[in-house]
Amino acid sequence: MPRTVTPAPWEELVTSALLGTDRRPAEGGGGPGGLLDAAALHTVQRRAGLLPASAAARPEPAPADPRPPLPPAARRRLAQLLADRSAPGGSGGRRGTAPDLTELIPQWLATANQHGYRAPAALLPSLLDAARSRTDLRPQALAFAGPRGLWLAGLNPEWRFALRGSSGGSLLPDVTEPEAVARLWEEGLFAERVALLGAVRTHDPAEALALLATTWTTERAEDRLMFLDSLRTGLSGVDETFLEQALSDRSRNVRSTAAELLSALPESAFAERMADRAMSCVSPGLTGDEASVSVEAPHECDASMERDGVVAVPPSGRGERSWWLGQLVEATPLATWSVRFGGRAAQEIVGLPVADGWAEELHAAWCRAAVRQRDPKWARALLGTPSVPPSNGPGTASLAERSKLLAILPAAERAEWVADFIAAHGLSEAFQLLGVCPTPWAEPLGRSVVDALDIARDAGSYPWSFSGVMGLAERCLNPAEADRLEVLTTTPDEPEDASPGANGYWSEAFQRLVSTLRLRSAIDLELIPG
Amino acid sequence: MHTADPAARWTVEQVLALAPDETSRRAGSNLGSAGPWSGGGCDGSGAVWGLCKGSGSKPYRTVVDTTGPAYTCSCPSRKFPCKHALGLLLVWASGASALPAGEVPDWAGEWLTGRRKRVADMGKKGGPTTGGASATGPADPDAARRRAERRAGRITGGAQELEQRLTDLLRGGLAAADQSGYGLWEETAARMVDAQAPGLAARVRELGSIPGSGPGWPVRLLEECALLHLLDSAWLGIDRLPEPLAATVRTHVGLTAPAEGPPVRDHWLVLAQYDTPDGKIVTRRIWLYGRDSGRTALLLSFGAAGRAPGLALPVGVTVDAEMTPYPGAGRLRAELGEQFGVPSPTGTPPPGGTAAAAIGAYGDALRDDPWLDARPVTLREVIPVPSGGGWQLVDAAGEAALPVAPSALSRPGLWKLVALSGGAPITVFGECGHRGFDPLAAWSMDADAGACGVDADGVEISSIDTMSEIVPLI
Repeated sequence: MPRTVTPAPWEELVTSALLGTDRRPAEGGGGPGGLLDAAALHTVQRRAGLLPASAAARPEPAPADPRPPLPPAARRRLAQLLADRSAPGGSGGRRGTAPDLTELIPQWLATANQHGYRAPAALLPSLLDAARSRTDLRPQALAFAGPRGLWLAGLNPEWRFALRGSSGGSLLPDVTEPEAVARLWEEGLFAERVALLGAVRTHDPAEALALLATTWTTERAEDRLMFLDSLRTGLSGVDETFLEQALSDRSRNVRSTAAELLSALPESAFAERMADRAMSCVSPGLTGDEASVSVEAPHECDASMERDGVVAVPPSGRGERSWWLGQLVEATPLATWSVRFGGRAAQEIVGLPVADGWAEELHAAWCRAAVRQRDPKWARALLGTPSVPPSNGPGTASLAERSKLLAILPAAERAEWVADFIAAHGLSEAFQLLGVCPTPWAEPLGRSVVDALDIARDAGSYPWSFSGVMGLAERCLNPAEADRLEVLTTTPDEPEDASPGANGYWSEAFQRLVSTLRLRSAIDLELIPG
Repeated sequence: MHTADPAARWTVEQVLALAPDETSRRAGSNLGSAGPWSGGGCDGSGAVWGLCKGSGSKPYRTVVDTTGPAYTCSCPSRKFPCKHALGLLLVWASGASALPAGEVPDWAGEWLTGRRKRVADMGKKGGPTTGGASATGPADPDAARRRAERRAGRITGGAQELEQRLTDLLRGGLAAADQSGYGLWEETAARMVDAQAPGLAARVRELGSIPGSGPGWPVRLLEECALLHLLDSAWLGIDRLPEPLAATVRTHVGLTAPAEGPPVRDHWLVLAQYDTPDGKIVTRRIWLYGRDSGRTALLLSFGAAGRAPGLALPVGVTVDAEMTPYPGAGRLRAELGEQFGVPSPTGTPPPGGTAAAAIGAYGDALRDDPWLDARPVTLREVIPVPSGGGWQLVDAAGEAALPVAPSALSRPGLWKLVALSGGAPITVFGECGHRGFDPLAAWSMDADAGACGVDADGVEISSIDTMSEIVPLI
């Protein structure tokens, strides 16, 4: 045991220990043993005399969150969903009969946000982690995380994503305070200014336009593009003058965005100019005795067309005349055509034969116009009857284009159209179309999907050929369907021509479907305020 | 006594904490919805049962006694608890109607009755828990004494050998230890295991990791070498030490005396449970706080070669049980004795103190145990504050701060703590020592904690503190 009265200074001991007592004997001699004795005394003394550190600057407390807390059952459920997300492995193999909990997080968050609950503080870190790895969760997750989530994200660089974007509601000044708004607009960072403009635009479109006009000429081209894009929200005739000016902007991207926005305003002078040009190209004609559409594509792209945002040089592989025609028709108000074709309705116009093989080009441009102008009548006409095979129908055969057109139709009509489509053509092409249907799927859509799955099973194929649709069904079918689906979970005798073992897998897949639906209805019940 | 209502449910986190590994946790989660379950139920004695549809034609029979907790399942898995038991508990925890309160069916009752009888018998006999020499003592005290002497002799040999290694190390210089790496220490640790001194072995293994632990490692290595030298010297001169210190030295060397003395019966709140790998075994530490005695107790449990330690108590439950302390090292370590009734899912946090007092108390404790790395403490009204690259816990009503221990900085629990606090004062339990404060549990002051308004004995809880819920941070 050490009995030293005045031990050697600690630094000396460390140096001796580092170099070795052979090379550098410890002060006061004693070799390694003496050095260790002295060091032990030092160590215990230092530890026994530890004092508290002095406190660093405290962070601002998190802003209060007045939303009500979650019901206990819903809180437990969220913990379970988030815990399952973070558990590694397990995926890749057979999916089994149990629900995929991770896929239910978006629905859980959306429902919780509808009820306006506050997120439990202890779950905020897992929530932010989930939002970090899955961008599709971010808007709902951040809304749910609320001010405390944002406060927390500010302390951890891994969650910096939460501070970006427009969801940082609490960081923005009150849009009704003109001075604060003006100051942030003048001094803020680009992201803050985009968020601010968006917020003001949502509150009062005209005020946002005025705010943008104050600094428009001094903004950089790429910033002008982003700001101009914010005007999509609440676009109206009030914006026309500003957009007309933007048509002569120095930047080509700004010009074409301005043109695109103007084309969504059928009353604008721009729309009228485009309509004049388009009408000189597309006119009623006669093929034999029948009415038809005759097309004379433009021969040149003059300076005034270019000013109105028409891009002169086509992408490689496309003829320039058809390229120009497409742009003119796309930017022309659809109402123009009814007048042009003797008061015919959209459906009739789309049904007219088109001369000289221009049909595809013309219909594709009408599709783009219908999407841009959000015109349900034209969308309906261009989609045609769901039972007609896509390749023979009007409009477009592209599923991506079709789902865009579908998105314009009223919710109920959308579901009905897709239901008929599935009834006629099965599930193989339905995935993208199902994606635009509002959830939970309204009848007859749900039934139509289930019937199609049942038919696929009877046909003896394996369920994983339909795993995309199965996954959608788990998330989108009305939970009330669970009981009706129960009969499908049994394993019937295998037909002779079936793929071996397919029936077992199907029954497993249907069991998962049923248990997911049950879970979803439990989730909804748990979130109902008690 | 307890009411006949179904026993209070655990939380999802509490259930998942029982999983022996990540794979089971995942597999259990997948079975944690009503889907695959049938014929299930639970009752007031803490039993939960259910039939789980598997790949075979017969469903698995799963029964859990939540008072243990203890599990049985007809599946062939050697995991413990198996995924079915975890899934069943998750269904139970989420309060699903799939497990209504009811009578225990025959297929579950047999095991439950058998198990409870065994537990009761053990309690009556006194078992190893109440620790009389009569229960554990071998028939021949002379032989036992001779065995103890032989072991002490081996440890002395080990301590001398270790002393020699330390002397050689200091002679050649710690700088050389940087190059020699793990191998040297692993070999020395193995020698200490042979010498039947697991405590020394663990400390030696610890030394091996210090040269790779970042800037300042020579200082830390010298400190730990010096304390190991102090422990060697103390063992070699143990005859001259007063008894409490001698007991502490024996404990640190790894010569554990059996738990002894009168057991303490109390309502023990489970504050934390965590596992640390220690060579080839896993050590599980469970911290408990006795509501009436005010004592803090540590339960240790060991699992060999990839198996989870046998003892598992979910954080946040309160168990009415007897604890028998082990001698030495502040008598914190205890052995779990008989349990009475069903664990209740709530509990009151320990009273706690300031950050300034916590570090002072650690310093004082070194007087009795200079090898103490940290001691358990509850901090009341502290605020987590970022400081440099790390974090501090700052007294809300003062300027004293405890740095958060480096090991805790990379754990997700740190962010839970910060989220719970939201910049406001909070109650935290953890281990406070020379490396800083290692937070293990915190109490959320949220009104959304979801705790029941009634405690284990049916007494209504009124104070705001008791309404708060414990959140595990590890």
